[in-house]
Amino acid sequence: MQKALHIKPELCTGCLQCELACSYEHEGLFNPSMSRIKVFEFEHGRHTVPYTCTQCAEAWCMKACPTEAIHLDTKLGAKLVVESACVGCKACTLACPFGTIEFNPVSGKVDKCDLCGGNPKCVEACPTAAITYIDADSTGYDRMRSWAERTHLEVSQ
Amino acid sequence: MTWQGSVLRVNLTEGSYVVEPLNMEWANDYVGERGLGSKYLVESIDPKVDPLSPDNALIFATGPLTGTMASTSGRYAVITKGPLNGAIACSNSGGKFGAEMKFAGYDLILLEGRASKPCYLLIEDESISFEDAEPIWGQSVWKTEEWIRNQHNNPKLRIASIGVAGEKGVRYASVINDLHRAAGRSGVGAVMGSKNLKAIAVRGTKGVSVDNPKRFMEVVRETKALLANNSGRKDMTEHGTNSMLTTMQEYGSLPTRNFREVQFEGFDKVDANAMEETDDSGHRNLITNKACFGCTIACGRIAHIRQDHFTIINRREYWHASGGLEYETAFAFGPAVGVDDIDALTFAGYMMNEHGMDPISFGVTLAAAMELYEMGAISKDDTDGVELTFGNAEALTVMAEKTGKFEGFGQILGLGSKVLCEKYGHPELSMTVKGQEFAGYDSRALKGMGLGYATSNRGACHMRHDVFAEDYDDSSPEGKAGPCKDSQDRIAAMDSSGLCVFVTTAWGIEEFAVQLDAACDGTWTGDRLLEAGERIWNLERLFNLAAGFTSADDTLPPRLLNDPAPTGIRKGTLAELDRMLPEYYDLRGWTNDGRPTAETLARLGLN
Repeated sequence: MQKALHIKPELCTGCLQCELACSYEHEGLFNPSMSRIKVFEFEHGRHTVPYTCTQCAEAWCMKACPTEAIHLDTKLGAKLVVESACVGCKACTLACPFGTIEFNPVSGKVDKCDLCGGNPKCVEACPTAAITYIDADSTGYDRMRSWAERTHLEVSQ
Repeated sequence: MTWQGSVLRVNLTEGSYVVEPLNMEWANDYVGERGLGSKYLVESIDPKVDPLSPDNALIFATGPLTGTMASTSGRYAVITKGPLNGAIACSNSGGKFGAEMKFAGYDLILLEGRASKPCYLLIEDESISFEDAEPIWGQSVWKTEEWIRNQHNNPKLRIASIGVAGEKGVRYASVINDLHRAAGRSGVGAVMGSKNLKAIAVRGTKGVSVDNPKRFMEVVRETKALLANNSGRKDMTEHGTNSMLTTMQEYGSLPTRNFREVQFEGFDKVDANAMEETDDSGHRNLITNKACFGCTIACGRIAHIRQDHFTIINRREYWHASGGLEYETAFAFGPAVGVDDIDALTFAGYMMNEHGMDPISFGVTLAAAMELYEMGAISKDDTDGVELTFGNAEALTVMAEKTGKFEGFGQILGLGSKVLCEKYGHPELSMTVKGQEFAGYDSRALKGMGLGYATSNRGACHMRHDVFAEDYDDSSPEGKAGPCKDSQDRIAAMDSSGLCVFVTTAWGIEEFAVQLDAACDGTWTGDRLLEAGERIWNLERLFNLAAGFTSADDTLPPRLLNDPAPTGIRKGTLAELDRMLPEYYDLRGWTNDGRPTAETLARLGLN
């Protein structure tokens, strides 16, 4: 079963442990500027929202790449950047509607979430389970369940 | 190496800077943040300088664990000679600025001199520039952050700045970063203002490395698990620090109406439960909790004010959420001034963050003004026509804004409680030690707290020692000196690490040591840290002695020494400082007049 990152912004405290973990996994040091997951703040920190690549099934980045440097990991569903093939042209960064693939000025290549080979470190680091890694067909399950519960309560009243 | 190895030394007078290698000998002896910043301060200025003169230095210091994956790794401290009382000042803050400063490559930023006109410092890794702050001079912290990000079209900038209070020299002006995190106490913001420095805006992309990454990740996982499973941590996450208010009410140690009383009849209208209750109109003060950088506790509160409240009904600009009440703010704007209107407290809290002030010192100064008003020492002629009576919510909110904007009677309140009470002929009403206002713990019920206040190197402060367990056990002065001294040393070390002392609900010094040991060169043990803490404490003490303080300043106001606690489970008790202080000096290895002996200095390498 393919899995997906599932983000619940209402649980996020904005601590950036996910950014620290991501940068450590990929760069070997603590450097949120290099993180592929980013937490955005709104209204004086009232809302803090982690955001990263959703691993589109038909990925714009992959289609836009002129050197076929982005390929699909069929098992994980992740779109991976092959560093040796990437020429840093940034076509993918223009194509991605979500802005989740970004140019890395240090390497001269692009970076994006690779799901850490199936063990996403952001998930492990998150202290509130705002980021989980669950069956890809179940990201709406909790929401569906809560509506079902409401319906049930209304019916039983 | 988890220190970046660089100090950014800025000469504001000349508009120049130099990047120096970090003095690693000092880093090994003083760790980072509070300790290392204090060492750099001591080596940079004469203790007798006027705090608001160009001769003072202002230091922003991170610790070795700042910016790492250790929990609560967002801390930095601002160290200077404080203008509230002339003692060594060190105020630490969370938020995200400290880590960003370290990611830019600097352990410390040391600012000297005074800029010829208002400026701010823009730091993007190695790129450093002095920018014109004229357009934002006179603007609030909130406007300043927005303006600077827009000016450079860079939403990623993290900013520490001052409001009008800091520009105008309010003696307890704070440095505010990330909108509502504060290097709050002792007037460090006024020193920044005196240097014509409006803000430091920083973006860092270099990251932080540690000495032994594999080991570090292991110990960080273990220490985070300890926190995650700790009941005190859970309480702090769920209810914030303001659950302390209920505890202080129980112990009869909740200073009320300028410490005349020790319990507040309206406590349950301003405590953590009150923040979490939904009122008849469906409004709930608390919206959610939020974390500082790297923090797995998230004690920070995000709150909002009822839109029909008198403070904001015609001011839509305050209809948004922002930083909510923490215990000290709730104490200082609630019991201390007798106000039980939670929206008024929250609004006054907004004022502190927006204009950059310490809520403790402001609230306790206002409390003294209210007592002066009620006894007739000041009148409406002095207070811009405001009825300055205890319990008047409007007096609180109006004066909070006036002081923040340095208007009318706010200019007098901005001098602090000591100067205010002296000015109006009643110095005995100033609830201060060494000229700094008390936090929300009464030293009659809590004896160890009283000793800690009396001996704290920055004046009255609740964050420099931890004798809570002993104080809860009994109200005797016996056996309080040892834990007070030991915890002062322990916290001095913890404050120098880059982490937050709120982790001590689950961690002792050993948990700090294992993380530092994995992150830093050399061997770091609990004992080494405790010795560093004692060294730091004595270094601060030596600075104050050289600045002119004496053992006569290690005291408490007459109200706490002579007027018994009027109510509560410890009714009738006094602070009894004289039964603890001689033992404390002895344990410290100080003379009877509070000076470190030659042996003590030699033992700590301070001679």
